[in-house]
Amino acid sequence: MSENNLTSKRSDDNVQNLRECDIRESAKVREYETIGEPYTDNAKICARDVNVYYGDKQAIIDVSLDIGSNEVLAMIGPSGCGKSTFLRTLNRMNDIIPDCRFEGNIKLDGEDIYDPEQDTVLLRARVGMVFQKPNPFPKSIYENVAYGPRIHGLAHNKAELDDIVEKSLRRASLFDEVKDQLDKPGTGLSGGQQQRLCIARAIAVSPEVILMDEPCSALDPIATARIEELIDELKEKFTIAIVTHSMQQAARVSQRTAYFHLGKVIEVGDTREVFTTPKHELTENYITGRIG
Amino acid sequence: MENLHIDQHISRKYNEELEDLRNKVMTMGGMVEKQSKNALDALINGDSSLAETVATSDYRVNSMEVEIDAECTDILARRQPAASDLRMILTVIKTITDLERIGDEAEKIGRFALKLANSQEPQSYYSELHHLGEHVIEMLHGALDAFARMDVEAAVRVAGRDPEIDQEFEALTRMLITHMMEDPREVKNVLRLNWCARSLERIGDHSANICEYIIYLVKGHDVRHVSLEQIQDTYIQKK
Repeated sequence: MSENNLTSKRSDDNVQNLRECDIRESAKVREYETIGEPYTDNAKICARDVNVYYGDKQAIIDVSLDIGSNEVLAMIGPSGCGKSTFLRTLNRMNDIIPDCRFEGNIKLDGEDIYDPEQDTVLLRARVGMVFQKPNPFPKSIYENVAYGPRIHGLAHNKAELDDIVEKSLRRASLFDEVKDQLDKPGTGLSGGQQQRLCIARAIAVSPEVILMDEPCSALDPIATARIEELIDELKEKFTIAIVTHSMQQAARVSQRTAYFHLGKVIEVGDTREVFTTPKHELTENYITGRIG
Repeated sequence: MENLHIDQHISRKYNEELEDLRNKVMTMGGMVEKQSKNALDALINGDSSLAETVATSDYRVNSMEVEIDAECTDILARRQPAASDLRMILTVIKTITDLERIGDEAEKIGRFALKLANSQEPQSYYSELHHLGEHVIEMLHGALDAFARMDVEAAVRVAGRDPEIDQEFEALTRMLITHMMEDPREVKNVLRLNWCARSLERIGDHSANICEYIIYLVKGHDVRHVSLEQIQDTYIQKK
């Protein structure tokens, strides 16, 4: 056998071993009970027994988790652990993915959001979302923010709309930087400003919950600090769920943290406790950068 | 987390840094243990040259404290440790403060030993003092050993000896007071002896502190200002 063949044989073996490990581990993880306190007294969103499948592959396994009113819940975990998938179930963004199947129950203020009668456009106005990459519309700064309130009929005249735009931009700490260029394209702003514009756009329709999927991963530390400061202010008015790969960010901005692993919530609880005295070994290994 | 696995980070350099930190604390611990032993020997045997050495060698412990502190700062800034790693750094920072104080106490005993070596000392009390000193040094040794092994049960047992030490110190003080009343000419020297006993008792307190940090490191519970009985109830496995 030539050396090449040997190498490829070995790597095949490795892949096979890895797969077997994966299967063994995921079978083990399936058995885990969530450690900590997944439920809160003042829940804004209650998710119960949520399972999500992409075709044959199960991405979320039996997740039950509350998001409390006016709290920031951080979701952390390795890539592919299901945290973003779970986030997207909260405003039914997964509906648009073919092959994606949802089982379970999610209630927003006691109202089933997966009710067939539920209008997803209205739902997404109540549960807004900010994405990893800033994605302003190719329109002016003003129009980016005004678009939502206009289609949802939140303003009766131009003055009211102006007011909403200004308030939203102020709340997103962007107004002072852009007040003289509201008619300039939103795409001309810096990355950090664009992300704050997207946050302004999300809050312009007066949502109750804001979902953030790694909102700072494309930003520099200063823009990141601004967004984090903003998250802290926004939680006075909104409920926020944030997915982040930055453990320090989760530790800084959230009150509760949920650790996801292979589709399960392994541990959830007070952020301070999760980052100083995690109870599950998998959480400990992840946040301290250990090999599991 | 019973086992802290400080050698299992993805970053091998991080493993090395933490291991190095732990080794340095052990080295520093070894230094203050040696100093405390020497201080006691110098005092009991009236060995003025050993007393001199103890009284003048505290700078090594001090510089070790500064060095370890700097390493902790460096790890905090660059690694942003969390969970058991964070507790490890906090434990190290606190432990070396107590170790440095133990070094100070040993130095004090060394100074008094130097003065007492040249005087007519009341030998009769040396056996009690020796006894207290041996107990304290055993306690310090036990605390360092528990730190090396991250052994909570051992830490609880060692911390549990502190009340004995306190009692021995109280008893010794009473005896020394009596002696002072009987022979006022000896007041100066007896007071010096009492200061030495006090320093030994303080070394016991610092050792008990180190034991509390070990419990925090391994279990994540802050047991300072928690009663000894409660600590024993919680952490000693009922046989």
